[in-house]
Amino acid sequence: MSELKLKILDLLKEDARRGADLIATMLGEAKETVEAAIAELEADHIIVKYATVVNWSKVEEDKVTALIEVSITPERVHGFDAIAERIYLYPEVKSVYLMSGAYDLLVEIEGKSLKDVALFVSNKLSSIDRVLSTKTHFILKKYKQDGIIFEDHEEDNRLLISP
Amino acid sequence: MLREKTMQDYLAPLVRDIPPSGIRRFFDLVSASKDIISLGVGEPDFVTPWHVREACVYSLERGNTRYTPNAGMLELREEISKYLNHSFHLDYHPDKEILVTIGGSEAIDLALRALIVPGDEVLIPEPCYISYSPITAIGGGIPVGIETFAKDNFKLTAESLRAKITPKSKVLILCYPSNPTGGIMSYEDWLPIAKLVEEHDLIVISDEIYAELTYNQKHVSFASMPGMKDRTILVSGFSKAFAMTGWRLGYACGHPDLIAAMLKIHQYTVMCAPVMGQVAALEALRNGMDEKDKMVESYNQRRRLVVHGFRDIGLDCHEPEGAFYAFPSIASTGLSSEEFAQRLLSEARVAAVPGDVFGLGGEGFIRCSYATSVSQLNEALDRIDKFVRKLQAG
Repeated sequence: MSELKLKILDLLKEDARRGADLIATMLGEAKETVEAAIAELEADHIIVKYATVVNWSKVEEDKVTALIEVSITPERVHGFDAIAERIYLYPEVKSVYLMSGAYDLLVEIEGKSLKDVALFVSNKLSSIDRVLSTKTHFILKKYKQDGIIFEDHEEDNRLLISP
Repeated sequence: MLREKTMQDYLAPLVRDIPPSGIRRFFDLVSASKDIISLGVGEPDFVTPWHVREACVYSLERGNTRYTPNAGMLELREEISKYLNHSFHLDYHPDKEILVTIGGSEAIDLALRALIVPGDEVLIPEPCYISYSPITAIGGGIPVGIETFAKDNFKLTAESLRAKITPKSKVLILCYPSNPTGGIMSYEDWLPIAKLVEEHDLIVISDEIYAELTYNQKHVSFASMPGMKDRTILVSGFSKAFAMTGWRLGYACGHPDLIAAMLKIHQYTVMCAPVMGQVAALEALRNGMDEKDKMVESYNQRRRLVVHGFRDIGLDCHEPEGAFYAFPSIASTGLSSEEFAQRLLSEARVAAVPGDVFGLGGEGFIRCSYATSVSQLNEALDRIDKFVRKLQAG
């Protein structure tokens, strides 16, 4: 990928609301060049979506998140992909990763309560053919996500004027 | 009748007569204001990279809390030597030609103290960092400002240097990349300066603290110019490149006789630079280059943003090629730097440093640091735009 596109991705990852105008100025490029590059990144599904990172723990709403380790027997031909698809199509499933090591899929699930999540695992996940076992870990607190620290940070504490 | 003696009368006249710094006065003004965006900060907005902080914490946990050799840990001096060689083609022996100091500031003080005999003239291109003249004066030297101009991108020219050289000239202080102008000097720019330095037998103190922060071309150290190594005391440090201002860690490099003289003062006044800072600096040099490069790229993006912004507003802004300051001209508004900065603060709630505090050639400009977040910069540019429009509407 071109260096320009990588730089654009970096700037958008920091703040998805940055427009082509601002990005073009910051990179010293023409606005049209940046617009074209962004359009290509979108068309190629490299930029998949412009989403908002939310610290849900500050929202007064019950939300429980768990990471489930799932061990499966891969299918012939389709390997892990077919089963992964069966799992990620559930709206309760927030993310699915194929892992190396002691288990195969890491599945992030969101529900309204512990019971909610536990029932989903036993009724939906465990019952899928070829799922051998699951291990559920509830997330108690999120400190950092996608490089973004969730803790409230100390404000800029520099002297307002310095030589 | 005899006048009653006051405490002022006990002070050494050389110290007492130094005028208070203009930046200090402005600082008090800004500190009393609320909800302002400050473009007056002369330090990175990044916090020191975590691996550097962590190295220091680990070292403290291991009980590394004692004096180091006067000149600094040998390991650190070796690493500085390698780094300068690799980055700027300089060749300093870690044993005799490098001294680790408490920030670049101490190195400048040591160098001037080691060199100045009362009455010596010290040549200082201006606008410049605010410490050179006062430190020169404290040592009994006579600071001689050399005005530099926006039309030359605030480079030092041979003609203006030559015009200020007298038989009493002894030291030339250089600070490129420049705080406050962002000006830099290329190999070609240095050549005639080096020739004059040789001809007039000057010693150069080259403050290259912003060496890593250049954007269109790589920094050329004055000490790397042919024949200049022995005539130059190179001063640098970790504050700007590695976002380590509060650690107070710098160094000086030069001829063994000069470094030995500076070491004498250093050992009797401060013994050694704090060990915590030295440990952190070692980690920064060994493993901090990638993070440093990312910070430089980020400054560059913001540099383009503010220069573009000022030009859009209609203020003349030469392209700053180094450091993290833009130095736009506000002459078109008809206000002096001080008036402009004070009204900008009270009417638009943006702090910028009036250019006149940086000496000759600074009047008519304001220094704006772009080491601040993109959203703050955008907001500040917006406010300055409205302010300038209001001025123009009269």
